[in-house]
Amino acid sequence: MSADVRPPASGEVRARRRRLPSSIGALYAGNAGAVLGRALLATRSSTWMVVLSGFFEPVFYLLAMGYGLGTYIGDVEVAPGHTVPYAAYIAPALLAVSAMNGAVYDSTWNVFFKMHFGKLYQAMLATSIGPLDVALGEIGYALLRGAVYGVGFLTVMQVMGLNLSWTAVLALPALVLVAFAFASVGMAITSYMSTFQQMDWINFVMLPMFLFSATFYPLSVYPEAIQHVIMALPLWHAVELVRGLTTGAPGSAPWGHVAYFAVMIAFGITFTTRRLRALFLR
Amino acid sequence: MTPVIQARALTKTYGELVAVDGIDFEVAPGESFGLLGPNGAGKSTSMRMIGAVSQRTSGELTVLGLDPDTHGPEIRSRLGVVPQEDNLDTELTVRDNLIVYGRYFGIPRPVCAARATELLDFAELADKAKVKVDELSGGMKRRLTIARALINEPAVLMLDEPTTGLDPQARHVLWDRLFRLKERGTTLVVTTHYMDEAEQLCDRLVVVDHGRIMAEGSPADLIRTYSTREVLELRFGSTRNAQMAVELADLVDRHEVLPDRVLLYADDGEAVLARVRDRGLDPTTSLVRRSSLEDVFLRLTGRSLIE
Amino acid sequence: MSVDPARTATDELSYRDEALAAAVRPRRFGAWYVAEHRLRSMRAYGGTIVIGGIGQPLLYLLGIGLGLAAFLDQPIASGAHGPVSYLWFVAPALMASATITVALDEFTYAVLEGFKWRRLFWAMNASPVSPQQIATGMVIAVIGRMAFVAVAYGVLVVLFGATGSVLGALVTPFVAILGGLAFGLPLLAYSASIKNETGQFAVVQRFIFTPLFLFSGTFYPLATLPIWLQPIGWVSPLWHAAEVGRTLSYGSPPGAWPVWAHLLVLLVMAAVGWAVGRRIFVARLR
Repeated sequence: MSADVRPPASGEVRARRRRLPSSIGALYAGNAGAVLGRALLATRSSTWMVVLSGFFEPVFYLLAMGYGLGTYIGDVEVAPGHTVPYAAYIAPALLAVSAMNGAVYDSTWNVFFKMHFGKLYQAMLATSIGPLDVALGEIGYALLRGAVYGVGFLTVMQVMGLNLSWTAVLALPALVLVAFAFASVGMAITSYMSTFQQMDWINFVMLPMFLFSATFYPLSVYPEAIQHVIMALPLWHAVELVRGLTTGAPGSAPWGHVAYFAVMIAFGITFTTRRLRALFLR
Repeated sequence: MTPVIQARALTKTYGELVAVDGIDFEVAPGESFGLLGPNGAGKSTSMRMIGAVSQRTSGELTVLGLDPDTHGPEIRSRLGVVPQEDNLDTELTVRDNLIVYGRYFGIPRPVCAARATELLDFAELADKAKVKVDELSGGMKRRLTIARALINEPAVLMLDEPTTGLDPQARHVLWDRLFRLKERGTTLVVTTHYMDEAEQLCDRLVVVDHGRIMAEGSPADLIRTYSTREVLELRFGSTRNAQMAVELADLVDRHEVLPDRVLLYADDGEAVLARVRDRGLDPTTSLVRRSSLEDVFLRLTGRSLIE
Repeated sequence: MSVDPARTATDELSYRDEALAAAVRPRRFGAWYVAEHRLRSMRAYGGTIVIGGIGQPLLYLLGIGLGLAAFLDQPIASGAHGPVSYLWFVAPALMASATITVALDEFTYAVLEGFKWRRLFWAMNASPVSPQQIATGMVIAVIGRMAFVAVAYGVLVVLFGATGSVLGALVTPFVAILGGLAFGLPLLAYSASIKNETGQFAVVQRFIFTPLFLFSGTFYPLATLPIWLQPIGWVSPLWHAAEVGRTLSYGSPPGAWPVWAHLLVLLVMAAVGWAVGRRIFVARLR
């Protein structure tokens, strides 16, 4: 990692750090809220078109694919004997994809840029805020924004009659969980990256997940071996979880997916913390 | 000797704003010529016109015997330009910056490579050749920018505020490099708002303010003409300076009151200081120094160079 | 050290002659020097450009061309000789969308970087090359990257049997590049006019690029859309380039626009963007 992410050279800050035990305490000052607050303030002054655009992107996809392509596709079977219209089939997938994209963008590009170019973190770390405050604050902000977009899209789905069950309400907490999982892993990965070129590779992981995770058509079109590979990917779990809730398909088991994301979060946070400690508490 | 640059009634306006207001000057081959003035005096605009990247509004301008309006590429191919703001390609290595830039002049790659090696030595950056520009200090970046401007072996090297933003040590290293170029006979055109820089680098300079030339000559000539040999600087505390200046005005031909001090112009500063003390006045601090271009500027415009 | 040997008794004529001689090559090849620089900078991203250039078409052809096709109940498109496979239908559109993506990548941030963030254009500007040559050089470099992507796509299309005519598949990359320029050159003009980036590019991506990608008859014929949405296709370089590519692949069904009309639209969009873009480069750098 380049020298850019080192803490400020101020002797006082360094001395304070050295006295602290190398534990979470040194990384976390219980002040992630301050970071979140700054991010919210920054949103207020950002271009409203940009903020709005995040909401419209999945809506465009829903109209183009769900209705346009849907005219060539009949109902889709989501559980044995249980079929739903094509638009109702892909809408939850688009919701999951947009939760993934938002969380990944915020925890990778956004964090990377601020770490290396914005010098924002140096300023923050010079105060009493620790690196983990920064990490959690940024993730918290990403989740909050993702939740707002989620509510917007769920409302669109409701108006279009694509929420087929009362359990659609639970899609919102599910989305936050999914976003948290992607953001914490994204943050862990970003903390190992040092150049823009390396960051580019993230897109290469996202694209196949987007195309193949039962987003636009069921897994049954694939040979069985490939199905197993896809079922190991996080986006497939996200799509299945959200789709089960909005369509109310009988027999869907949310807990397995929830457990998957819990593991992802634990993994992401552990690595982020470990890495931040290595970077900032030398 | 035929001048390399010749300007007559050179004028540039942007709408209502007159940036350069009918200036005349000439630069001889091998000369080191300076434009000294505060920010916004029209120095950079003049440089852009000489550099054939900005069309004059009126007047005459000849660079290397050519008209920039019709022969921009020809003129630019024989100039070296060091801009005020670094514009190196930070994604490339130090050495590649030189080679890529040389290509813009149509110089064959092997020649670019050979010159890059020489120039890196000259700029004392040989050990940084393979480093990305991002990792250089401010002073190193400036030296690389100067090396880049020399890749086409220019007839004239133009430097716009070459040391603005550098720390004192980096400035001296840079001045040393520029001095060597001067010794080799490179024609230099320098803009600056630092009088010490102008005194160090320029054989001859024009003092510019509000787009007009206020005076012209060598640094020594200008000081002799527009100032006294020495200056006595007295500080009485910010509330008393103005009043003290009135009381002391009869001791010298000329004085100036700045917010933090009083300047008394005299050929013998110590003698004036003794007479101040004789009057029973005791300044908080006193300093006798030689006159500088700063004093010339103050005399000509009534203002400080750096405000 | 041979930099500027001392000249004492130089006459004006030699300076003048030197300058006249030195500018001959830059006047002729300036744009290529700019392109050379830009391509050298792209090398830093070479890995992602190559892998992305090959990987992206591969994924789309697999995911949409084969995966989605397997799931469709009925044929979506017809050519001159009746219904055609879905893979044939989407392949030309996917190729054009790839070159347009390159345009979106190269004609946005890179332009602002040149004018503002790293001020590279100002450095070029002080050299003998002209603002017009700077703009041209950028475009040459981007055409180079588009050509790589389009040819990679073309090869995969032939390998996948995603075309009705191998001969047509040889020509399609040129159409895709033209489509990329019809989108990219107006974008270049817009980017060159931006003084401060406050999220305009994100807006371009989500309110222009994404709708064009989705509503240009990319995944199903444009006529499937309600009539009030079809104008998006008419102004979309993607639709025009895809339609030409489809005609080259399997012939156009009755009632389709003639090929020359599609090409004319693309040429006009590219030419207008180019003319305006060059003017903005000149206005900004002079």
